[in-house]
Amino acid sequence: MTLPALAIKNLSKEYDGTLAVNNISFTIEPGEIFGLLGPNGAGKSTAINMIGGVSRIGTGSIEIFGFDNQRDSRTTRRLVGLMHQEIVIDNFFSIDQALRFHAGYYGVRDDAAWRQRLVDRLGLKPHLHKVMIKLSGGMKRRFMIAKALIHKPQLLILDEPTAGVDVELRHTLWDFVREINQQGTTILLTTHYLEEAEQMCDRIAIMNHGDIIALESTETLLKKLGTRSILVHLQTPIKELPDNLCCQGAELDDTGTSLHLTLSASQSAGDLLKRLCEIGLPITDIETRKAGLEEIFLQLTQAGRAKP
Amino acid sequence: MNQRQEPPFITWLPFYTLLQKEIRRFLRVASQTLVTPVITASLYLFIFGATLGERISVLPGFSYAQFVIPGLILMGVINNSFSNVASSLFMSRYLGNIVDLLVTPVTPTQFIMAYTLAAMLRGLGVGLVVWMISCLFATLPWAHPLAAIAMAILASFLFAQFGIIAAIHADNFDSLSMYTNFIILPLIYLGGVFYPISILPPLWAKLSHLNPLFYMIDGFRYALLGVGDLTFLVSFGVVSIMALVLFCWSAILIARSYRLRN
Repeated sequence: MTLPALAIKNLSKEYDGTLAVNNISFTIEPGEIFGLLGPNGAGKSTAINMIGGVSRIGTGSIEIFGFDNQRDSRTTRRLVGLMHQEIVIDNFFSIDQALRFHAGYYGVRDDAAWRQRLVDRLGLKPHLHKVMIKLSGGMKRRFMIAKALIHKPQLLILDEPTAGVDVELRHTLWDFVREINQQGTTILLTTHYLEEAEQMCDRIAIMNHGDIIALESTETLLKKLGTRSILVHLQTPIKELPDNLCCQGAELDDTGTSLHLTLSASQSAGDLLKRLCEIGLPITDIETRKAGLEEIFLQLTQAGRAKP
Repeated sequence: MNQRQEPPFITWLPFYTLLQKEIRRFLRVASQTLVTPVITASLYLFIFGATLGERISVLPGFSYAQFVIPGLILMGVINNSFSNVASSLFMSRYLGNIVDLLVTPVTPTQFIMAYTLAAMLRGLGVGLVVWMISCLFATLPWAHPLAAIAMAILASFLFAQFGIIAAIHADNFDSLSMYTNFIILPLIYLGGVFYPISILPPLWAKLSHLNPLFYMIDGFRYALLGVGDLTFLVSFGVVSIMALVLFCWSAILIARSYRLRN
């Protein structure tokens, strides 16, 4: 049986009386790209810091490839590469020196070919011998990704890797993440760019107020919770909404020629069209649009706001 | 399965790398970490060696320059051992890059030993240069050279531990500098660098025995000149106990990751 890359059981953490992470449990299988999403303060970074060993565990357990990250911390830390959300650098050293040091901290001999590959793929070459203080914000982020990967971890954790970076770096980063994932590295990532999570992640967990409020494969999440909206263009204006469309969340625009309808995941567009024809509406065109992760995210997290 | 083969783990490499990084850190700013303390010590040597040294005598058979040089060497060792680890570790905490170490397999023992050894190398390096410069002003008899080296090593070890403790307990730069300005400097100046305790009135002489720096300075002077207020064994014993206490204290702090991990 293959051991999960990450197994979290009943994990909780409290800060000054506030429950930052509330009894969460989930597993990540080897080779997965797993997205941990949530609004600011949801508890994502707290959970990630406990996995990486930056914070102590409140209660519960974390296993990385079958090793307990408290008892076997020396082993688990070698298996994990963590890119922190905040820019963490040592201004005394250049990128080249810092990467060599980081390999050493992990007890790994400097692999010049791997270091060179990271430098090339992340576009760090022109800045290799500059001290950190002279690097731009984007370059610092690139360096932090290289730093997290320098010891060839089995589980790569990226905490908001694209926060505040330009489009080019985002593309470079995600291409590279896909590449190393294809080579077998399991990825756990958090991001505020939900479109990216939708494209990148095999499975997604959504956190809010320290709880996991959804955990599904990206496809299932979109299917189960994703509504579709239908815009019906009419040839001649109508004054009132037909009675039997009210339950579809129908809305008529001011001109009376555009009708907005909402379909739940369980309803078929064919049935709706049939009903529209039976009513005898003069339809000229129909547009459909699927709700993305962003709508689902807002739907779930806004529902959670009612929670004290 | 991962197509990239996991590289073999070398247990001593995290310690060696952290030590190397700490040494490179102080060498990179050598003007602050090595040159400045040597200039400060040279000024003391000039004042007490070239100007006042021949006019004052506090210890029969020795010039004042000879008397004061052991204390000045040890002052260089102590100050630099302390400030190397205190500033490096506090800056890492303050800037947040300490997390780079917390997520790695560096053990608490490796952590303490790497920071301690780097601090000792800087402290002893400054002490060595101060001694070489002091040769321009006075020649020391080096009565017990091995004892002198042992005391210098022990003093640098002790103050490296104190540096770790200060870096962890300090909340800001002001509180860190308080350790130097309100603890180390007064203890050094009142510990017999510039005068022998035996010339003080009895009450002050007794009070001086409560100053831990007195044992360090007196023992080092005894090893270099062959005379002191106490025997070397007493001085070395007291300093060893203090070093052990501070080592246990810093070891507990690091093992518990006190104020390092949330």
